[in-house]
Amino acid sequence: MGRVVVEVMPKPEILDPQGKAVVGALPRLGFTQFTGVRQGKRFELEVEGDVTPEVLAAAREAGEKVLSNPVIEDVVLVAELTAELGGESA
Amino acid sequence: MSAPAATGLATARIGVITFPGTLDDRDAARAVRLAGGEPVSLWHADADLHGVDAVVLPGGFSYGDYLRAGAISRFAPVMDSLVDAAKGGLPVLGICNGFQILTEAHLLPGSMIKNDHLAFICREQTMVVENADTAWTRDYTAGQRITVPLKNQDGQFVADERTLDELEAEGRVVFRYEGWNPNGSRRNIAGISNAAGNVVGLMPHPEHAVEAGFGPANESGPRAGTDGLGFFTSVLSTLVQA
Repeated sequence: MGRVVVEVMPKPEILDPQGKAVVGALPRLGFTQFTGVRQGKRFELEVEGDVTPEVLAAAREAGEKVLSNPVIEDVVLVAELTAELGGESA
Repeated sequence: MSAPAATGLATARIGVITFPGTLDDRDAARAVRLAGGEPVSLWHADADLHGVDAVVLPGGFSYGDYLRAGAISRFAPVMDSLVDAAKGGLPVLGICNGFQILTEAHLLPGSMIKNDHLAFICREQTMVVENADTAWTRDYTAGQRITVPLKNQDGQFVADERTLDELEAEGRVVFRYEGWNPNGSRRNIAGISNAAGNVVGLMPHPEHAVEAGFGPANESGPRAGTDGLGFFTSVLSTLVQA
């Protein structure tokens, strides 16, 4: 079984109200070094077999057509889920 | 305020779509009835529009607003039929979550993101009718101020500057918030239409201001406001003239 990671972020020109609220809360816990936060979404898509280039292409298409709204968001990552991306080691 | 539609219009059938998580379908159906039309319940999983003359997408939290508000409802079987019919001129009104669904379905431009102040808001909201020539606003006059309830968390209308300029230039900003912008919407936009004016979407809720005793306060007294009824009489007038 393979997994594909799709990450979606608010467009840079769209003010991210959630990120703004988070960055306002961080200093109250002593995290004063962070000057900005933007909050996005991460999806993990499962497939039966291996993660082939076709699977990655389909994941990108799903990312652009369903998982994100191109008016307000960008798909910033489409990749096989590896240990580096936080996947369990096989 | 507009009088209820003449008896000759009573046969106009206005569909009201229910998605999983829709909340205001009953209120929308009641508004249609009070205006003189016949409400027809439509179900998200049924692609058949059952020959209705117009459609209302009511408010609520379809699919719990998962993914994005309106994003999953946009793929319901009924939506393919609705998109085709809307492109063919069928009058369609999206209220709140219904507006969000219409933007996700690309029937209307732009999108809604979380309110700039991050809180759910519920208030009686005044807005200006900027365009009284759409299928859903012809019983109002341009510049008229109307007050209806507003209740949402993801109500901040956003679009790029070019789209906003186009909407303004083509008279497609149908409603603008008056007095106070309740969610940070670009250019105080409360509602917009497509180029043909048959598809209208807005965040405030006209269906909650259609019967004296149950609406917002106005000069006649508490809960006396019926400013929302004009949406539903407008579409009946539109259908008669079509």
